[in-house]
Amino acid sequence: MFEDFILILDSTVRLSTPLLLACLAGLYSERSGVVDIGLEGKMLGAAFGAGAVAYITANAWLGLLAGIAVSVSLGLLHGFASISNRGNQIVSGVAINFLAAGLTALLGQTWFRQGGRTPALPEGGRFGDIVWPFAEQIREIPIIGPIYAELFSSHNILVYAAFLAVPLTWWILFRTRFGLRLRAVGENPAAVDTAGISVTWLRYRAVIACGILCGFAGAYLSIAQGAGFGVNMTAGKGFIALAALIFAKWRPASAMLTCLLFGFLDAVAIRMQGQELPGVGEIPVQFFQALPYVLTVILLAGFIGKAIPPKAAGIPYLKERS
Amino acid sequence: MTAGQLPRWVDLGLIPFLNLAAAFLVSGLVVILIGENPLEAVQILVWGSLGYGEGIGFTLFYATNFIFTGLAVAVAFHAGLFNIGGEGQAYIGGLGVAMACLALDGIVPWYLTLPFAIVGSAAMGAAWAFIPAWLQATRGSHVVITTIMFNFIASSLMVYLLNGLLKEEGSMQPETRTFEDGGRLPFLNDLFPSFGFGYAPVNLSLFVALAACLLVWLLIWRTKLGYEIRSFGANATAAVYAGISPVRTIVITMLISGGLAGMMAINEIMGSQHRLLIDFVTGYGFVGIAVALMGRAHPVGIILAAILFGMLYQGGAELSFEMPNITRDMIIVIQGLVILFAGALEYMFRPAIIRLFTPALKAKEA
Repeated sequence: MFEDFILILDSTVRLSTPLLLACLAGLYSERSGVVDIGLEGKMLGAAFGAGAVAYITANAWLGLLAGIAVSVSLGLLHGFASISNRGNQIVSGVAINFLAAGLTALLGQTWFRQGGRTPALPEGGRFGDIVWPFAEQIREIPIIGPIYAELFSSHNILVYAAFLAVPLTWWILFRTRFGLRLRAVGENPAAVDTAGISVTWLRYRAVIACGILCGFAGAYLSIAQGAGFGVNMTAGKGFIALAALIFAKWRPASAMLTCLLFGFLDAVAIRMQGQELPGVGEIPVQFFQALPYVLTVILLAGFIGKAIPPKAAGIPYLKERS
Repeated sequence: MTAGQLPRWVDLGLIPFLNLAAAFLVSGLVVILIGENPLEAVQILVWGSLGYGEGIGFTLFYATNFIFTGLAVAVAFHAGLFNIGGEGQAYIGGLGVAMACLALDGIVPWYLTLPFAIVGSAAMGAAWAFIPAWLQATRGSHVVITTIMFNFIASSLMVYLLNGLLKEEGSMQPETRTFEDGGRLPFLNDLFPSFGFGYAPVNLSLFVALAACLLVWLLIWRTKLGYEIRSFGANATAAVYAGISPVRTIVITMLISGGLAGMMAINEIMGSQHRLLIDFVTGYGFVGIAVALMGRAHPVGIILAAILFGMLYQGGAELSFEMPNITRDMIIVIQGLVILFAGALEYMFRPAIIRLFTPALKAKEA
């Protein structure tokens, strides 16, 4: 029973990692006032870039860099449309999702001829699991052993990076001058502008940060968790991350807890498939799939606290009116 | 940079044309990147979608879907709302169509089933839009986010229903039984054989869609409710001062929008598939955003934009057949580029064009 529980928690960590990376990515963007429903597309683009380059070079790190490059480019496109041209941020996000879905499958087929997938990665093209010291020796100790050996040890480096990004994001947003300005520009850009700070440049830096983290999230899917890119492999994770961001009320620590919760639901759903619960019967897997969205809607309805987005989110900043 | 600075034909004609041209130019570059000839690709695309009767039939069939989802987005636009949930509303709308057809198809002819299918699909689509609408109106939670969430909830719900309650007994496929003749709309090829639509599934719901265009035009520009919707969209604060109820306007607009999206299912389910199945919406709801943007939220513009996207769908299918290097994913890329240039980058060419036209306008005034 306890071992089962640890295994579920272990897969919770694996499943929440991409959500957490994408959720923190959205946090930077939305805190600066740029709504981003293109997280899904950026993750997908990054997953493809990472998968393709890791296959060609047999180097996971170069794959990660390529993933980040793709994701940041898409982020800059979002910035160009919504910051420089003051276009509608939602429409721009939808466009990015379409572009990523189409281009990854199209280029994948053109370059690799495997129905849009990238070929299985060679040795070195994947981030392997890092086994902590003494994991095997400690494993036999009851309770502490499995927790150490299964839960903490034996994950790939991107998992640890994701969880380290949480305190880092908190520190950047709440303890640095850049973070203060970033949050200010999402609440009251006019005030930031009056102080002589460029709203445009700040928001661009936010979408770049968002792109970098989405790059990690996408690379995790294709070259750490998986062994190659598959068509539409994000399968809505970007939108779950968006839901998590709202559920966490745009705060880093809450984002981590929410992503762990959503990852846990996913892990339980996989575990429960085809199993009868005493008294309840079999719970359909679709119930668990829908639960993150249902919970977010209930939260938005104001029944679990209140989610107040950054005040200037979604509104393009106009410096002067003519 | 106000709208009044440019002549109408520039605002409604030249700028959308430039945006579209930019989107197609970039699409051409993508085709070159894949190693095919873009001019040849355009030729195949146009011929495949308009060159012969069956191609035109398919183009009109896809256009019917886009008219419904485009109108849905457009109606919400007029109230300043962004209904991004057409995908889920159309999916759930399928439930309404299927219920009407499954109940009546063996008893009455199709023309008696159709009104129930229309009401059913619109009611289910509207119901799916109701909670996001009500939350936006009374709780201030943003309709964009809630409708996205409802798309995913709809998807889970439909997979669940089609794997259980609605599944045909003894079948392994997650779909309902095939409808009898009473649950099938006639194909236009059977009604007008002279057009030679062949096996194209274009059917009577094309006329339902055109009727919906007329009704939306009447609603928005010729009724009190339409006036309230437009006022609320133009300036919500002023509208509230004028005595227009924000809750009522938001909820009613979203119900109409959701209903229109739901009606898309008539074309797919009752007109073509003749059974309810998984994932029959596949992006039509999202493309509705592009259709509404390009059509400037006006029914005539929406019909034109829907035909254009119908051409892309049908011509793209033909293209992937003729040029195997260009898979159907190319259509998604082109759609993305159109949404990008006609939607998100809609103001990109404006400053340059205003500069171009300012001397001319000043000369006219003098």
